[in-house]
Amino acid sequence: MLEYRMPSLGADMESGFLREWHVKPGDKIKKGDIIAEVETQKGIIDIEVFDDGTIGELLVQVDEKVPVGTLMAMIIPPGEDGEIKETPQKSAAPATTPTAAEEAWIATEPPPMAEKAAAAEHHVRASPLAKRIAEEKGIDIATIHGTGPEGAIIREDVEHAITARVAPVPEAPKEAAPAPPPASPPAPVAAEKPAPPAQAPAAPAEEEKARQATGASAETIRMAVAAAMSKSNREIPHYYLETRIDMRRAMAWLAETNKQRPVKERLLPAVLLLKAVAKALNEVPDLNAWWENGLQRKPAINIGYVVALRTGGIMVPAIHDADNKSLDELMQTLNDLIPRARALRLRSSELADSTITVTSLGEGGVETVFGVIYPPQVALVGFGGITDQPWTENGMLDVRPVLTATLAADHRATDGSTGSRFLTAIKNYLQQPEKL
Amino acid sequence: MTAEEIKQALLLRLKTIAPDTEPAQLQPDDNIREKLGIDSFDYLQFIVALDEQFGIQTPEEDYGKIQTLQELTEYVGARVKG
Repeated sequence: MLEYRMPSLGADMESGFLREWHVKPGDKIKKGDIIAEVETQKGIIDIEVFDDGTIGELLVQVDEKVPVGTLMAMIIPPGEDGEIKETPQKSAAPATTPTAAEEAWIATEPPPMAEKAAAAEHHVRASPLAKRIAEEKGIDIATIHGTGPEGAIIREDVEHAITARVAPVPEAPKEAAPAPPPASPPAPVAAEKPAPPAQAPAAPAEEEKARQATGASAETIRMAVAAAMSKSNREIPHYYLETRIDMRRAMAWLAETNKQRPVKERLLPAVLLLKAVAKALNEVPDLNAWWENGLQRKPAINIGYVVALRTGGIMVPAIHDADNKSLDELMQTLNDLIPRARALRLRSSELADSTITVTSLGEGGVETVFGVIYPPQVALVGFGGITDQPWTENGMLDVRPVLTATLAADHRATDGSTGSRFLTAIKNYLQQPEKL
Repeated sequence: MTAEEIKQALLLRLKTIAPDTEPAQLQPDDNIREKLGIDSFDYLQFIVALDEQFGIQTPEEDYGKIQTLQELTEYVGARVKG
């Protein structure tokens, strides 16, 4: 039996709420399958498995809060006793009845990283879901009569309290609860289960709707970014390098390539930059790493690509194995990832696997960006807008499209000479776009 | 299609790409991308949508000619059939 635990969702998230299981005991699964949906500060995250096998048992119930690392399911590896496959073991089960299951969470100490919002909830026995609904609706949970095990307050109790309220109470929640989801006035509680997400990547138009459906808001995303960036600034001694890159060849090659393509297959300059970064990391692997009790180089090059949300905040989905993807494949990946990032529909691996971050401001903006590293990564590459600038070469003055590339790197992990080799490698790759 | 119809279609399309903006408030000579904060990825999606909706082909070198609502309306109007 393999234990399946709630995966990490990046340095800035400690837990989520299980919203849906996509599997049941006995279901066959393959590595990478999505087995559950978890609601987080960054929207609904599709939770993937890391092994092949058969689902033995589901140990977390829908709407439970799931801290990272929680045992969620047992998985029977392929080839293990078929009998077990058909009859999931009961021994490790926390519950055979819903009541016992609910007792399980009541007995559990709040996880050490419990929500900051929990301040008002101490000494009140209530299910995480009940607390959350009460918080969202601005109801003081202490005033609700509990009918759950040992008098604990469960979801039904909160629902009763909501429906019992004759007049809507316009006052704000007492505790400045972080980010009550916008646009959810006394909504029917049945709406707590997010609307079924669009399977196809949602169009950008869906961003607002998606935010409402996923429970994430500009504020929760802001808080997630704030947590990660504060940690970075507290712990990581950054050093910064900068170089200017002549993009004439790269832009000419791109224009020529795009001219022969229908608009749907055109490439953006960003894919050249991503590929150049991936190739340069092959030469300077110390920057494709995490800092966890020392430098841990990572075998796969997974580039976290910063996607700005128009209403504020960023999402940084990972482009897996970027060094093995062609330019077209990188563009396809962006076409898939960016709308999903904006719709807050990413997978767990896309939030947790990045080994370096790239931020590209695109044209029309400023020339230079000095980034803040996303821990536990050790480097961030920043690309400004490409602008026409004076350029000298062989003693001659010319005007060229110039890109400023910067590196923010962790000085615990590497030194300036490493960073310099890396930026120089990026620069060199961008002089030979046809070989990218 | 009249210029006004094209303009309305363009505004609708922009609203789809950038739902939290107010394309209707664009002045004819405002730079669309600057005014609405549309990045290069969204802009490409916008061009893809235009080409599909109006049955036109917009080469990359024309991007610079269609930066305002006025330019864009005229550009599409000159190419759209019927």
